[in-house]
Amino acid sequence: MGTIVAYSGNQAIAEAMRQINPDVCAAYPITPQTELMQQFASFVADGLVDTELVTVESEHSAMSACVGASAAGGRVMTATSAQGMALMWEIMYCASGLRLPVIMTIVNRALNAPLNIHGDHSDSMGARDSGWIQIYSENAQEAYDNIIQAVRIGEEASVRLPVAVCYDGFIISHSIERMEILEDEEIKGFVGPYQNKFHPLLDVEHPVTYGPVDLQDYYTEHKRQQVEAMQNALPLILRVAEEYKKLSSRGYGYFETYRLEDAEIGMFILNSAAGTAKEVVDELRASGIRAGLLKLRIFRPFPYLEIAAALKHLKVLAIMDRSESFGAMGGPIFNEVRSALLGLEKPPLTFNYIYGLGGREPSLAEIHKVFARGKEVVATGKVEVLHDYLQVRD
Amino acid sequence: MSESRLKGWKELPIGGLILEAGNSEEYNTGSWRAFRPVLHPEICTHDLMCWLYCPDAAILVEEGKMMGFDLKHCKGCGLCAKVCPHKPSAITMVEEGEAEQAGK
Repeated sequence: MGTIVAYSGNQAIAEAMRQINPDVCAAYPITPQTELMQQFASFVADGLVDTELVTVESEHSAMSACVGASAAGGRVMTATSAQGMALMWEIMYCASGLRLPVIMTIVNRALNAPLNIHGDHSDSMGARDSGWIQIYSENAQEAYDNIIQAVRIGEEASVRLPVAVCYDGFIISHSIERMEILEDEEIKGFVGPYQNKFHPLLDVEHPVTYGPVDLQDYYTEHKRQQVEAMQNALPLILRVAEEYKKLSSRGYGYFETYRLEDAEIGMFILNSAAGTAKEVVDELRASGIRAGLLKLRIFRPFPYLEIAAALKHLKVLAIMDRSESFGAMGGPIFNEVRSALLGLEKPPLTFNYIYGLGGREPSLAEIHKVFARGKEVVATGKVEVLHDYLQVRD
Repeated sequence: MSESRLKGWKELPIGGLILEAGNSEEYNTGSWRAFRPVLHPEICTHDLMCWLYCPDAAILVEEGKMMGFDLKHCKGCGLCAKVCPHKPSAITMVEEGEAEQAGK
């Protein structure tokens, strides 16, 4: 049985971390993640967890300490945002390449320069090839539910990959919402003790080498193993969600569909703006327009077959990116979703909008503009501009 | 590391981990060599200066006698040829390709 609380996204994650009670947490403060770790640090200080909290001098050190602690055989968690994640970059690849299931919250924030502390997805989207599983969350409840499931997903023997759980800076991290937290004992039972350790360094009876040079003769094989681990994560993500549903009554898949089944015009979106977009879908439905939505939860591994199957009946699909991929053919989500659809016999027409950069909030009216554009494309059967900006002044 | 067949991705431990201690002996660092040491036994007096200086423990010694080179691990640095006190040296460095052709 859960308890209904009024928590911000950051409080929700701190609370989940208290319940998970990791062995080690190494972190460095950065807006808008700071209050998450501040809250967790107070749990450590109050003796509510057994966690060794390592207060390091930078995010590069934070991720390095996480890698070391995870290789030693500990359950390890951390959190960051934007510039902090950028400074972790090098070691993020070490975590995935060494197959260490570090669990990290990324409170999504725009990357500098120019200096901006607000929510967009340029941090985690930039790290999409770092070998981390990426789970996106619309609100505090989803963030809480996702971080608990992330522990089980990352630590499974067939996967053993680091997992990032993402939610939007400020709009989710600092807004207080009604949500449910489960009982401490329920979470403890769900995550269980860390069992699938793989040759931990602290097993001194069985010495092993971590991180030896890996040249032309073996590197390719180790990368191929990482690809396999990502594939293995796909069915596991659904199994863990099914088990979590028994505990929480909240179901999760690779994505959520909203009034999509009989829709003509769809929107592909993730994180907090999906809430706004659902509202617009309802308004359009009330005026007889067959609008629908797909909100992505799992971006890595990318469930492209399931995505294509869910979207195959649409006439038009608007694909929304809250980060830019400069010089590419549209944003990162656009590229991948459009690719996924190309396998269909009659794929929907697609166009891409970049929105919400640096925390610019997409209003209902802005989302309406996207669907209006979708209606035009249905009428003309043509996409004039593939990659456009929803919210920019000329 | 076996010369004949390297393990495939389904057989290797994940993460690039090496599970056996003391495994560097298995690595064929001899393949890095550009110059191969060649011993001239008629000059060698078994003073073992080469053995003392070799950074890869690639000088083979039996009962106090210099017996040749461990070519699986010799990287061809040429230190042995340099420190040999004889003039001319009892060890000369020969280009790897030439040495192979000459069957040395």
